[in-house]
Amino acid sequence: MLLASNVDRWLWWDWIDRNTDLIWSSLREHVILTVAAVGFGLLIAIPIGIAAARWRWLYAPSLAFTGVLYTIPSLAAFALLLPVTGLTRTTAVIPLTTYTLLILVRNVVEGLDGVPAEIKDAADGMGYNRFQRLVRIEMPLALPAIMAGIRIATVTVIGLAAVAGLLAIPSLGNLIYIGQNRPIRTAITVGIVLSIALAVTADLLLALVQRLLTPWARARAQR
Amino acid sequence: MSFLHDVAHWFNDPSHWRGTAGIPNRMYEHLQYSVCAMVAAIVLAVPVAVWLGHRRQFGTVAVNVSNVGRAIPSFAILVLGAQQFGLLELPVIGSFTTFLALVALAVPPLVTNAYVAVAEVSDDVRDAARGVGMTEGQILRRVELPLAVPLLMAGVRTASVQVVATATIAAFVGAGGLGRYIIDGRAIFDNTQIFAGAVLVALLSLVTEVSLGFAQRALTPRGLRAELVTARAAAVAATSVPDGKVNP
Repeated sequence: MLLASNVDRWLWWDWIDRNTDLIWSSLREHVILTVAAVGFGLLIAIPIGIAAARWRWLYAPSLAFTGVLYTIPSLAAFALLLPVTGLTRTTAVIPLTTYTLLILVRNVVEGLDGVPAEIKDAADGMGYNRFQRLVRIEMPLALPAIMAGIRIATVTVIGLAAVAGLLAIPSLGNLIYIGQNRPIRTAITVGIVLSIALAVTADLLLALVQRLLTPWARARAQR
Repeated sequence: MSFLHDVAHWFNDPSHWRGTAGIPNRMYEHLQYSVCAMVAAIVLAVPVAVWLGHRRQFGTVAVNVSNVGRAIPSFAILVLGAQQFGLLELPVIGSFTTFLALVALAVPPLVTNAYVAVAEVSDDVRDAARGVGMTEGQILRRVELPLAVPLLMAGVRTASVQVVATATIAAFVGAGGLGRYIIDGRAIFDNTQIFAGAVLVALLSLVTEVSLGFAQRALTPRGLRAELVTARAAAVAATSVPDGKVNP
């Protein structure tokens, strides 16, 4: 049997050593795409969710609409934007943002729906107006559901951002692309391992943030 | 506007409607991969998950499997498969690599949704069914399954849309399907072809989504139809509220 050549090895440390810059920049771009997409997604989804929780008839159409956006395959969405926005981050961020909406809108609405009526009555009785009640009472109580949505959306976006790499938009997917095309198996390994690690880390970090933001939930659990 | 004109021209070109690289054949391949993978995944995943849901056992595993699945980029599974099996073509299912990757992709959401759909049927309803003398099998078939349909079908729908989307990427590892127009177009810097391919893929996904929506509606008992809209969103969020419960 012939000795396996270096490009066939799943882990070839030399290649990793020589390409640390490429690996770091891919990871950095992947994080930027994810943060941007989830950030913009929240900016859009929170107002829609608040409106849909208040005016019920808005809920079904907003889920239907964001559901249609969610349906468009990521590769197709990137490709459709390519003639307009070129090989830029924007091309990746726009579809990634729209993919978060279905999950985020739903969780904002479910979170706000979960606030008990007695608590809202109590807030009204203490003289809060609609806006104060929303910001100081309802949103904090909806936070666990919203954070759950953010976690799902983030992990989903990390997976989908890899697809952008197929069109040569820098991301961890681009490493997998390079690995398949050249071929260098190690690049595939690095791309996959880093995207899974990124997803797991992001999920754990967000779980930690959620814990810190909702100290009362912990207190209740201990009782 | 000349770009859109080029795209229209591309669709009007009769040579794009014939032969292996023609739209009908690419569409056929795309559907072949997707349908075969979905059928296999449903046969593998749903009966087991429904049974576990009935027994209410292994819930944590059933729910977390789709969280883990979500963290693995779908296209990573495809590339790994391609490294292992190359361009192996089989009768009926077509590209073996694509088949495996798509099945692996569809199983987690199917398991989670089928499990949760059945496990979330309320205890009162089950007790009532037992009280009127139904056997376990009857409870499963006549009570739990009909009540589970909205969420179960929402899982099938979500998985199908994901499978159709990922079948696009199969072109990247040398398989056929509509993704070829995007991947090949990218290789020769033909933006018109990329765009045309993207339009076809997006249309196919939307048709899949909408037609499965109708199927879901037709299968859902009349009294539960109001829940359909939210069931879809719940399936996408695939029950991964961290404590492992769907929002009631």
